[in-house]
Amino acid sequence: MVNLKINNIPISVEEGTTILDAAKRLNFRIPTLCNHPDLSVAGNCRVCVVEVKGARLLSASCATPVSEGMEVFTNSEKVRIARKHVVELLLSEHNSDCTKCFKNGHCELQELASEYRIGDHVFLDLVKAKDKIQDISSPSIVKDNSKCIRCQRCVRTCAELQAVSALAVVHKGNHQSISTFLNKPMNDVVCTNCGQCINRCPTGALTERNYIEEVWNAIYDPRKFVVVQTAPATRVALGEDLEVETGTRVTGKMVSALKKMGFNKVLDTDFTADLTIMEEGTELLTRLKKAIVDKDETVKLPMMTSCSPGWIKFQEHMFPELLDNLSSCKSPQQMFGALAKTYYADKINIKAENMIVVSIMPCTAKKFECNRPEMRDSGFKDVDYVLTTRELAMMVKQAGIDFDKLEDDNYDSILGESTGAAVIFGATGGVMEAALRTAYEIVTGHEVPFTNLNIKPVRGIEGVKEASIKIKNTVPAWNFLEGVELNVAVAHGLANAKKLMEAIKRGEANYHFIEIMGCPGGCIGGGGQPIPTSPEIRRKRTEAIYAEDMGKSLRKSHENPEVTEVYTDYLGTPLGHKSHELLHTHYKVRKRY
Amino acid sequence: MEQLQLKKVDIIFGWDEKVTPIDVYDKTIKKSADSIILDMIDSGLKGRGGAGFPTGLKWKFTRNEDSDAKYVICNADEGEPGTFKDREILDRVPEKVFTGMAICAYVIGAREGYIYVRGEYNFLLKSLQKKVDLFNQQLAERKSDFTIYLRSGSGAYVCGEESALFESMEGKRGEPRNKPPYPTVSGYNGKPTVINNVETLVYTCEICRMGSEKFKSFGTFDSRGSKVFSVSGDTPTPGIYELELGMPLKDFVEEFADGDAKAVQIGGASGHCVPRKKFNETIIGFEGIPTGGSMMIFNSTRSMYNVLHDYLEFFTEESCGQCTPCRVGCQQLLKGIEAVKKGEKSPTYLEDLKKLTLTMKIAAKCGLGQSVANPFISIVDNFKEEIIY
Repeated sequence: MVNLKINNIPISVEEGTTILDAAKRLNFRIPTLCNHPDLSVAGNCRVCVVEVKGARLLSASCATPVSEGMEVFTNSEKVRIARKHVVELLLSEHNSDCTKCFKNGHCELQELASEYRIGDHVFLDLVKAKDKIQDISSPSIVKDNSKCIRCQRCVRTCAELQAVSALAVVHKGNHQSISTFLNKPMNDVVCTNCGQCINRCPTGALTERNYIEEVWNAIYDPRKFVVVQTAPATRVALGEDLEVETGTRVTGKMVSALKKMGFNKVLDTDFTADLTIMEEGTELLTRLKKAIVDKDETVKLPMMTSCSPGWIKFQEHMFPELLDNLSSCKSPQQMFGALAKTYYADKINIKAENMIVVSIMPCTAKKFECNRPEMRDSGFKDVDYVLTTRELAMMVKQAGIDFDKLEDDNYDSILGESTGAAVIFGATGGVMEAALRTAYEIVTGHEVPFTNLNIKPVRGIEGVKEASIKIKNTVPAWNFLEGVELNVAVAHGLANAKKLMEAIKRGEANYHFIEIMGCPGGCIGGGGQPIPTSPEIRRKRTEAIYAEDMGKSLRKSHENPEVTEVYTDYLGTPLGHKSHELLHTHYKVRKRY
Repeated sequence: MEQLQLKKVDIIFGWDEKVTPIDVYDKTIKKSADSIILDMIDSGLKGRGGAGFPTGLKWKFTRNEDSDAKYVICNADEGEPGTFKDREILDRVPEKVFTGMAICAYVIGAREGYIYVRGEYNFLLKSLQKKVDLFNQQLAERKSDFTIYLRSGSGAYVCGEESALFESMEGKRGEPRNKPPYPTVSGYNGKPTVINNVETLVYTCEICRMGSEKFKSFGTFDSRGSKVFSVSGDTPTPGIYELELGMPLKDFVEEFADGDAKAVQIGGASGHCVPRKKFNETIIGFEGIPTGGSMMIFNSTRSMYNVLHDYLEFFTEESCGQCTPCRVGCQQLLKGIEAVKKGEKSPTYLEDLKKLTLTMKIAAKCGLGQSVANPFISIVDNFKEEIIY
């Protein structure tokens, strides 16, 4: 233990604790900008400087470990002046057209400027005209260099969490900036659109490409029938942007708000999550049969999940040689779009060309996904607009809805029913768990051998998780799987995905099925979720997801009555002709540079 | 305070043919590592790169670290404007530098040493490599397991900062690291590292040759030994001179200036500018104004506004850009004096800028941002009218 004093108050903390963390324990808040709980320490913004008695220099509290006998002052005159100077300098380099900024009200720099009452700029305006041109090339991410304060949180996110490094620091001195390879537009580089950089950007330098106006226009257009679907992970996070406590499930209120806002039908992506399990589970079992019974060596195992569009694009760029291992299933969002504009449009007697499908997603990569040219199997663009959880929150506010006071409402039918298995798609390991619940039962005729269907080994925050399930007492049709040890792995965050892929390439990984989610924590930590994010926040959202699952009467995808109905009515069988046409897709090789 | 007259000496470049650098090495490693460290501490040698950290202590700290690998690095990233002494040393007496490194390696237990040569000195590399190869061979003949390698920088000023230099050597962006940890604990590749300036290493070799007593007889109590100066600007005799430390600036100006000196910039662009009226009272050394060796003389034909402007342009470009006080501060200072000059800001704005430099001095991450205050305040204070009008 190390003994020190902070603002004259003694404290002892473990060796290696930073001054910042030690001060936090005494409830002294030291402002930070470049620091983030998910990332390595940079110590470059210098907002968190503190005075250490006897030291000539101020110390960056985020980067300085405590030492025995240290006396720290977090709010001395020197500190105050320096901190104010730092904020003023950052503002001088920052395009402060705050009212136009998507991050207005959620900007860490804005908060600091307000705390220090920095009004008229003391220093000269240094924003360059060329930086005021936003990069809107990407359908998912808008990059605005004039808002960038060079804290490098995005760079560290892209490199450390995602192993993508689409963003990097270039040049030095007054020319230093955060840029892409050869300063190419965001849409032309290796960016996976995961949006994790947005979640960690303290200002409005990185934001999602927002489609709020387009969606309002569709709602107001009397000729359009606007259908909205909501992803599993949005219901446990939306509240955070609407003054509800983190980790609160707001499913009913969200449905109610969407109805009040004027969407014609409020449906659930969870329905197609269940459908995904039917298709993907069947695909897995088919591949296993081909490999084990037919000894077909062209069958690619392990099979990899394909729900996460950030992960898909990552693989297309980084591991194109493994693209055949990807499940051919569309993501639940795209399955929904394709079904909405065919089967559903038919059912409710609306012409597909008059239908607008809007998705509420925890994800920014979904905006890219819905624009993929392959995603038009209904004959139209299957999903028209994707809104992030944050954009929805903004629309709820714009609509003047007092969210907290809303009564719970239920999803419309059909395409609104879902099971617990679908809900857990929102957390890392959820797709795997949902698939196992169904596949195991198909193969053996009884439930997975875990208490309350909760397959614990695939849950949790570990980067790469593994599990094995021995298949016993198979039904006759699946006899060939008797005694087979089904090996599965789950990875979340692309850096972890990369590790897993490299192990597979080296032939060191003997898995049958792999779930990968592009974002840390899975969709609950998605790039479109409310900001801020931290391991603690993601833990609370995850708990809410599993609570939602436990609260459902149906917890296995194949028990979803609407899913059964859609197969009987329309699709035939999983992997059948119609399903293949509407619910499956293909991938393309992309360059890294 | 004892005060020296200006005394030229010729230790570094004076060549005693009877004792070669490798002889110094042979003689020195007969002693224990601890006694060599004691000699270094006793000699009072402080780093000649500008910061002036006691060399013996640096070696001692690194020796005391427990690690599977340690490194000796010679910092030949000489980028300070007005400084060109290390180039001369590397050109004329590189073997003394190698010897200093080899002795240091013996003391701390390093098997690898690197000379990080600034990108602009690449023309030296070819001949230097030959000499390094020869020296490595001599070491090998002596069953030493220490080898010296050359590394070329890419020409960023900040890479002379020790931790930025490590980053650069590791193949990353040349940006300073957070401190602590210091290089003696975690330097190149995260291992304990001694990083010494070219000239410092030469003096370690000389101290081993002549003994610490002899070395101490040069200079003053606070500033032991001599030092190599690069003299430039308005002088009839620009060049490299070895002088004892602790002399009055007055003597220096009498010796080197053209009779019309109005200011001397001591320590390069990041150093202090001393006006004529303070020549008498200024001592060059650790008791006065310490310097990495650059002495730029300005006579009355020079505009100190232009001088400061050039310095600020330099820092604005050469800041690595990672920390706010340095990246934005330098730009504000540059634009600020331009605005005052043009009348777009009132002269009182200079006071705001001076306050800003004080923040840069204590809040910037590394020596680059911290030292911009030196030229700014000394020039603005002493030549205010030239900045305003």
